[in-house]
Amino acid sequence: MATQAAPASGVRNGAGPEWGGFEENIQGGGSAVIDMENMDDTSGSSFEDMGELHQRLREEEVDADAAAAEEEDGEFLGMKGFKGQLSRQVADQMWQAGKRQASKAFSLYANIDILRPYFDVEPAQVRSRLLESMIPIKMVNFPQKVAGELYGPLMLVFTLVAILLHGMKTSDTIIREGTLMGTAIGTCFGYWLGVSSFIYFLAYLCNAQITMLQMLALLGYGLFGHCIVLFITYNIHLHALFYLFWLLLGGLSTLRMVAVLVSRTVGPTQRLLLCGTLAALHMLFLLYLHFAYHKVVEGILDTLEGPNIPPMQRVPRDIPAVLPAAKLPVAVVNATAKAIAVTLQSH
Amino acid sequence: MAEAEDSPGEQEATSSKPLFAGLSDVSISQDIPIEGEITIPSGTRAQECDSSTLNESIRRTIMRDLKAVGRKFMHVLYPRKSNTLLRDWDLWGPLILCVSLALMLQKSSVEGKRDGGSPEFAEVFVIIWFGAVTITLNSKLLGGNISFFQSLCVLGYCVLPLNIAMLICRLLLLAGQGPINFMIRLFVVLVMFAWSVIASTAFLADCQPPNRKALAVYPVFLFYFVVSWMILTFTP
Repeated sequence: MATQAAPASGVRNGAGPEWGGFEENIQGGGSAVIDMENMDDTSGSSFEDMGELHQRLREEEVDADAAAAEEEDGEFLGMKGFKGQLSRQVADQMWQAGKRQASKAFSLYANIDILRPYFDVEPAQVRSRLLESMIPIKMVNFPQKVAGELYGPLMLVFTLVAILLHGMKTSDTIIREGTLMGTAIGTCFGYWLGVSSFIYFLAYLCNAQITMLQMLALLGYGLFGHCIVLFITYNIHLHALFYLFWLLLGGLSTLRMVAVLVSRTVGPTQRLLLCGTLAALHMLFLLYLHFAYHKVVEGILDTLEGPNIPPMQRVPRDIPAVLPAAKLPVAVVNATAKAIAVTLQSH
Repeated sequence: MAEAEDSPGEQEATSSKPLFAGLSDVSISQDIPIEGEITIPSGTRAQECDSSTLNESIRRTIMRDLKAVGRKFMHVLYPRKSNTLLRDWDLWGPLILCVSLALMLQKSSVEGKRDGGSPEFAEVFVIIWFGAVTITLNSKLLGGNISFFQSLCVLGYCVLPLNIAMLICRLLLLAGQGPINFMIRLFVVLVMFAWSVIASTAFLADCQPPNRKALAVYPVFLFYFVVSWMILTFTP
């Protein structure tokens, strides 16, 4: 790398149009070469130095670009200068490509290392946190502890995705799997990330003491109640049961989050605003997932597909009510006929 | 590439050997066996690779690779303590399994395509690879000492029991649908699902810290659950 850049800078110096600027050029080029050499020394040492190195290289590159821009103003462009420019361009391109590759690999490697502390949990800890997410603690005066951990929330979101898929399949939906899979993932992750950042923003406005990581963990563990409720009610279709679970389990997990937020906020107005928003969003999300979800998707599909009615379709017609006294039975017959037709068409 | 580059280097070494052999004999006599130890194994390995890849027929090369894939299939079907699946990983087997599963999950009739309901080819493909990558990243984050592609390889190969379940389900669906048929399919899919999870954890759990095995196994369980559930709800 250094060998490519060094001749380029040398040629640049040699092709400098004005010898008055020679000293500056030499200095600029010289410093660049020295830095490159330093870099070459460190590059062999270890991979951990890459970040620092990367930063230094970027500064250097800015310097070099500035020098190049200065120089291109010169009127003299002889063959030598042209060749120099060409070789420099090629070297620059190669350097850029290599650097991009290295920085990409480095950022991936670094990201995994950065995220690792948030996944540092034991199974017992996860179990107790899952249980605690359903137990609100009435402690308002002292800020309650929130564990900054992402394993549990992430797994809960993936579980919720799987449960949603299951619910969509078993419900009488026109199932367009590709759309549904994407929608399920989008909904769950969108809710988790979107509401967390929104509440974090509100918390910032309301001067609550909570970090983004804590917010993500809090809301993520709050989804445990949702998972249980949806898993049960997608399999047992009873509205009363759903409302009971919605109030009980959903309410408990919401209360737990509200209690934590209350203990970390000062002032009644702020508390009301923050906790009201969070509670409303969390409870309504569960309602939304249970009732409206597949219907919304169905509606979207219908509008996307447009008029897609098969040409030969038997539509049950109403039996004319001849006598006013026979209206009630006729209505019943019509309803049954329609129901039969619907079941037949769906098969 | 590497093998092709090895062979000229080796030739050079052999041609230059008479030049320096006498010299080393003269100067330091006890260095000879060490030198021999170092050069001979690499030379024989390069020769072996040369002969196996360049001189043999294409058919034999393909058969050798297929045999390797088949041996790994057997490892999945009889999960026992062995790290062949981990040591020489390949992605051919997972690719074959993934494509065949996606093809079998495809609906054949025009009506089925219009109604939707069948997972499409690309989707099965995406679920399997995306899920495998997610599980791998998760195990890396939990502190597992397994490489990225090793984990992908194991997870891909362990779809094999589910492929078998899919095959059986398709055969059963030829006989027509009904509650008894569904119960049989449910049983088959459950057994194969358990098989997949047990096989993959047998390979993957050793690479995790002992106290975190449950955390690493849970996403694996979820992944195979979604795939097997897709198989169970499939109707042609």
